[in-house]
Amino acid sequence: MTTQGSKMTLQGSDLAVRFGRTVALDGADVTISPGEIVAIMGPSGSGKSTLLHVLAGILRPAHGEVRLDAQRIDNLSDSRRSSLRLRSFGFVLQFGDLVPELSLRENVELPLRLLGRPRAEARRRGAELLGHLAVAELADRRPGQVSGGEAQRAAVARALAHKPSVIFADEPTGALDSVAGEVVLDALTGLARKEGSSVVMVTHEARVAAYADRTVFLRDGRVAA
Amino acid sequence: MSVSRILLGLLEPHSQHGYVLRRRYDEWFGNSRPLKSAQVYATLGRLDRDGLIDLTGVASGVGPDRRVYAITEAGVGELDRWLDEPEVPEVTSSRRVLFAKVLIALSSGRPAEPMLDRQRHAHLDRMRELRAQRQAGDLLTQLDADFEMYHLDADLKWIDGAAARLARLAALVSRVDDAEKESR
Ligand SMILES: Nc1ncnc2c1ncn2[C@@H]1O[C@H](COP(=O)(O)OP(=O)(O)O)[C@@H](O)[C@H]1O
Ligand SMILES: [Mg+2]
Repeated sequence: MTTQGSKMTLQGSDLAVRFGRTVALDGADVTISPGEIVAIMGPSGSGKSTLLHVLAGILRPAHGEVRLDAQRIDNLSDSRRSSLRLRSFGFVLQFGDLVPELSLRENVELPLRLLGRPRAEARRRGAELLGHLAVAELADRRPGQVSGGEAQRAAVARALAHKPSVIFADEPTGALDSVAGEVVLDALTGLARKEGSSVVMVTHEARVAAYADRTVFLRDGRVAA
Repeated sequence: MSVSRILLGLLEPHSQHGYVLRRRYDEWFGNSRPLKSAQVYATLGRLDRDGLIDLTGVASGVGPDRRVYAITEAGVGELDRWLDEPEVPEVTSSRRVLFAKVLIALSSGRPAEPMLDRQRHAHLDRMRELRAQRQAGDLLTQLDADFEMYHLDADLKWIDGAAARLARLAALVSRVDDAEKESR
């Protein structure tokens, strides 16, 4: 079955990241409770994307630690971090990060296939999600053959496919008009709530942040308020 | 809001009791501020006095809400005028308080940043409430919530812009202060 067991708490403590001379994170603390939807806001360059990447185990912090429940994930080897990402996390990025050569259906089934789940199960779950996101009739098209909003809905379906603990979204509606954006956000937050996944969502738009349970505001690499 | 013009408009299709007008008003616009019945009768009285509506009868029952009014020709003219004229694009004075608070904080030597942070959170809290109402509500509720959300969004953009310029603004305000000291 696709049921992933209990959801987990994600906690980043005293996180610091430098890129050469640039201090991107400077002692940021954030805790995401199981099932919580949190928006990260802040001026451009304040470290929002960097924080997301560190929490998601994509980037290693120079200082501080990231825990998923009791497990420290920031100091795992690259391969263990990437398998943890595959298992426990889902991602929705701003622009078409779907695999362009695969159909929407295959894209949505991909996380389950990579996790070694049976083809039939992947099929069932993919069809269910594409239906929820109202792109079932486009399932056999490739990302390049659908609108930006439709592709983004498929990306949401893919992020949810394996019922991850946490879904990370970086400006998930940044490339969409407000109506298409709302459809994506309704689906992302609605399904995440229903299935108990947490969501960490970077956005510079208050209307997007309003979908979250709370907002963390970054300034100069720290949590301002 | 222009309660009298709205009542005039609600009355145009056919003559009506005050209480029916009030019910319709509250259904469409009462979300923010329901009408008091005394306000309805006072407004209808004024419209009558100004010749924009006529008392055409009194329905059975007791109380002032049994009075039936109809719009007059002058009333239709006034309704047309009101609908045709664009509203003055302006910001309500309550929103400008934010601007005043920032200047007063800085000129009195207080930090403005925490104040703006608190304001941002208050705005975001309200936007979350509106989002929830929107989700659960019908089309009227959605458009009403959207109206407020877009205005709050504009405030938030202003807050971000002000927050990014606080150091410059503080310097400006203190320079004005110094110049005044010198001139004394
Ligand atoms: N790969 C990178 N190399 C160098 N500098 C980077 C890199 N990624 C981010 N930065 C810098 O780190 C700071 C924070 O970036 P980022 O987290 O992307 O901010 P935000 O998402 O809030 O706009 C910025 O000054 C940015 O220029
Ligand atoms: Mg970014």
